[in-house]
Amino acid sequence: MRAWINRQSLLIDYTLSSLGRHGGRNLGLFAVYAGIVFVLASTMLFTHAIRREAKALLAHSPEVLLLKLKAGRHAYLTRADLDGLGRLRGVSKVEGRRWGYFFDSLAGANYTLMAPSAGSPDRGRIDVGDGVARTRGLAAGDTLSLRSAAGGLHAFTVGRVFSAESSLIAADLVLMNPSDWEAFFQLPDDVFTDAALSVVNPLEVKNVARKISDRLPEARVILREEVLRTYDSLFDWREGVLLALASMAAAAFGILAWSKASGLSADERREIGILKAIGWDTRDVLTMKLWEGALISGGAFAVGFLVAWAHVFHFEAALIAPVLKGWSVLYPRFILTPSIDAASLLTLGLLTILPYTLATLVPAWRAAATDPDQVMRGTE
Amino acid sequence: MIELAGVTKVFHEGRHNALVALDGIDLTIPEGRITVLQGPSGSGKTTLLTVIACLSRPTAGRVRVAGEVVSNLPEAFLADVRRRTFGVVFQQFHLVAGLSARTNVMLPAYPTGRSHADIAGRAGGLLDRLGLARLAEERVEGLSGGEQQRVAIARALINDPRVVVADEPTANLDSALSADFLGILAGLRDEGRTVIMSSHDPRVCQASVVDRVVHLLDGKLAA
Ligand SMILES: Nc1ncnc2c1ncn2[C@@H]1O[C@H](COP(=O)(O)OP(=O)(O)OP(=O)(O)O)[C@@H](O)[C@H]1O
Ligand SMILES: [Mg+2]
Repeated sequence: MRAWINRQSLLIDYTLSSLGRHGGRNLGLFAVYAGIVFVLASTMLFTHAIRREAKALLAHSPEVLLLKLKAGRHAYLTRADLDGLGRLRGVSKVEGRRWGYFFDSLAGANYTLMAPSAGSPDRGRIDVGDGVARTRGLAAGDTLSLRSAAGGLHAFTVGRVFSAESSLIAADLVLMNPSDWEAFFQLPDDVFTDAALSVVNPLEVKNVARKISDRLPEARVILREEVLRTYDSLFDWREGVLLALASMAAAAFGILAWSKASGLSADERREIGILKAIGWDTRDVLTMKLWEGALISGGAFAVGFLVAWAHVFHFEAALIAPVLKGWSVLYPRFILTPSIDAASLLTLGLLTILPYTLATLVPAWRAAATDPDQVMRGTE
Repeated sequence: MIELAGVTKVFHEGRHNALVALDGIDLTIPEGRITVLQGPSGSGKTTLLTVIACLSRPTAGRVRVAGEVVSNLPEAFLADVRRRTFGVVFQQFHLVAGLSARTNVMLPAYPTGRSHADIAGRAGGLLDRLGLARLAEERVEGLSGGEQQRVAIARALINDPRVVVADEPTANLDSALSADFLGILAGLRDEGRTVIMSSHDPRVCQASVVDRVVHLLDGKLAA
């Protein structure tokens, strides 16, 4: 065991010095390699994290969301509607929600103004999402003035800036008192934008949805599980496109790596000859080359992956986000929660490290398997 | 003791350009002596040395090293015999450029499983003995020819071989350095090692330290 460790550590020693001596050649390869791992890993990390985010977000959202339509257009629910829904069997709770969009021409951004039914701020005060705070440069205690559709200027004092665990929606959110909300949008106190329903038995959610449709034929019922599915397939598709592009790049790289690796330089062939002539056997040479392949590909993988990690979780995936979340109207700033999916990490690792390592072995084996007598005649 | 019986080496066997480099060599090389292979260019000296040192296998015939037949061993075992028994000094030295003298000397011991400290210590001792202690950490490509050769000798000795093989060791040295080299060989012999080298340099063949000269001509032993 001791001898085995000694042997490996000395072979690694040699490999490292050899990499240093044939640096230029390996450096370009290393860079391209790390670059591809970077793109692949960025895509993976980003979609994985954003899916997780979406799931976490939807976990807090109601199982059933109901919008009322009139002549195919969105209409407000009334208290009577909500009471009717509450009487349906299988519905355990109905909550009328009041929110509306507001376009802030000053910041060129859309906000969601919402009056929560419980725990809303006092009159004249608002709580804002961190996205709003950033675009308008707000901190707690500042005043935010918004011009309503009717033309009136409404001033609010910022009570709290919040950053929810999911910045996907919370970023553009402005929470206000229901009376302020009514005044701002000039709506009576009997209107609700939509309704969130809880069901007694989650397995019955489809039946409940059908009953609602019977009662309010024009209502649009949105089930959480359906949203979740849509979300998943949307990202699956985008991820697929990017991964397809990346794999094409990877294939091109594979060819490059193969041709680079399979043509040992004259220097390297000579070195292998010398090593064999002074007492190394084929196995020693191959072990050394195996370490070389593993160090280059493993190192490039590690570098590419770590940079991708930083890119996605610290630099908001600036390079790939436009492709992956091009649908977003709000452009909230994402700071995703770091998370890795072990299976994809492993796949990515194997797909990059193994082929390269093998590609370095083949030519080395060819060089090492010949009798070392040629080195006796080598000229310098 | 190394014994060769009917050793033949044919390059490109069975092809139109087939070339018989060694032709039925019967030779016994005594232990603890300095033997020189002499002959004109192309007579097969280098080829014979590679067969003796297990760097290549003969096309026909047997080679015995310390009683063990090595000529038909598979490559893995042959490499093992090579490492345990022989230290080789090449005419062109064949040091690995970019590495220090000490590292070059250490290389043959890398696969042996000995520790770095152990090997480095031994390499230091050898360099010291060959008067190179001062240059141990220098890169070999900056050393003079004579210094490079002494590094190559130290490298040949790192695994403590019983047989030292040298191909045209003095071809790149002036007469003073050649004399030094022969002195070093005499020292190795006095430690009980067997030395086999090739040379067409009369100063070497006639040197007093040489115990035996074997003449080669067209791949055959000459009288
Ligand atoms: N790998 C090879 N393939 C074909 N022919 C070879 C090979 N190696 C050596 N030869 C030939 O075998 C013959 C003997 O060569 P060798 O190198 O053993 O001679 P030598 O006595 O060492 O000559 P020199 O004094 O020039 O070094 C030469 O004709 C040489 O051309
Ligand atoms: Mg020769």
